[in-house]
Amino acid sequence: MHIMEGFLPFRHALAWTAASAPFLAFGLASVSRHLRAHPQQRMLLGVSCAFAFLLSALKLPSVTGSCSHPTGVGLGALLFGPVAMVPVGFVVLLFQALLMAHGGLTTLGANVFSMAIVGPFTAYGVFRLGCALGLGRSGAVFMAACLGDLATYVTTSFQLALAFPDPVGGTWVSFEKFAGIFALTQLPLAITEGLLTVLVVNAMAQFNAHELRLMPVLAYPRRSAP
Amino acid sequence: MSRKTWMLLAAVVLLTVLPLLWSATPGAEHATAADGAGERFEGADARAQRAITQIAPHYQPWFRPVLEPSSNEIASLLFALQAAFGAGVIGYWLGFSRARAAQHRDD
Repeated sequence: MHIMEGFLPFRHALAWTAASAPFLAFGLASVSRHLRAHPQQRMLLGVSCAFAFLLSALKLPSVTGSCSHPTGVGLGALLFGPVAMVPVGFVVLLFQALLMAHGGLTTLGANVFSMAIVGPFTAYGVFRLGCALGLGRSGAVFMAACLGDLATYVTTSFQLALAFPDPVGGTWVSFEKFAGIFALTQLPLAITEGLLTVLVVNAMAQFNAHELRLMPVLAYPRRSAP
Repeated sequence: MSRKTWMLLAAVVLLTVLPLLWSATPGAEHATAADGAGERFEGADARAQRAITQIAPHYQPWFRPVLEPSSNEIASLLFALQAAFGAGVIGYWLGFSRARAAQHRDD
């Protein structure tokens, strides 16, 4: 669930767009460089895109009695690095903003920042941390996708809180309110995203071992599976 | 498919179905206090929108969506298309990879 069209004051919209634009340019360059160097990984990039498309189309019910959707960008962040997922998230968000009135063009910058920048970078960071702490591959992938998803919606809440501070309690009270709506709803969905990402990574490990060898997911030395 | 795969899939289904049963009271306790009564299982963004109008009653959205799906049915058509595209590509990859792996084993 993204920030709705027109629901960020002009200056905020502009600032978030300016913050996201360099990541997008860098991401595009990084993806095309990567594909030129490893053309055999095109299909896995396609799968990462497809995963983001699929998951962000699924509005799932949550314990708060409202619906939201996962983001699906964690998978690609682990495979191709977080920057590569910026253009992917951008395409998903643009598609939804243009055709479905979900999110919006004026809020595109802010939504790209939360879903295509904070999400993938968190996922990647958590994955590296998980590996360093000795979690197995599945555990680290699960934590990464799950927390990346959650971080996206915490960021959305923060963006809204900055734009609409509570008249009495200020930004923090506002943040609690928006986080209660977005982040709380997202909890079970984040777990779902984590589980689905583990499923896909397991399938890739089984069928695409050759391509995976060059990617962060398998870049760390695997311990013998328990 | 391995047993682990089945268990993961079952967990995903449970995580999706259980909220439907658990938050049985309309709107749940969350909707009533924080952001006014809303429909059950409406989008979180609709709730956020109400919270904004509560915090800043005079805020006017300054831009309208370029294209708005003409009805809920059309909107769900577009979301279904998006999901179908994603699932289609993933299905292609799985089928392709399985067949390739099987071929390697035969050689």
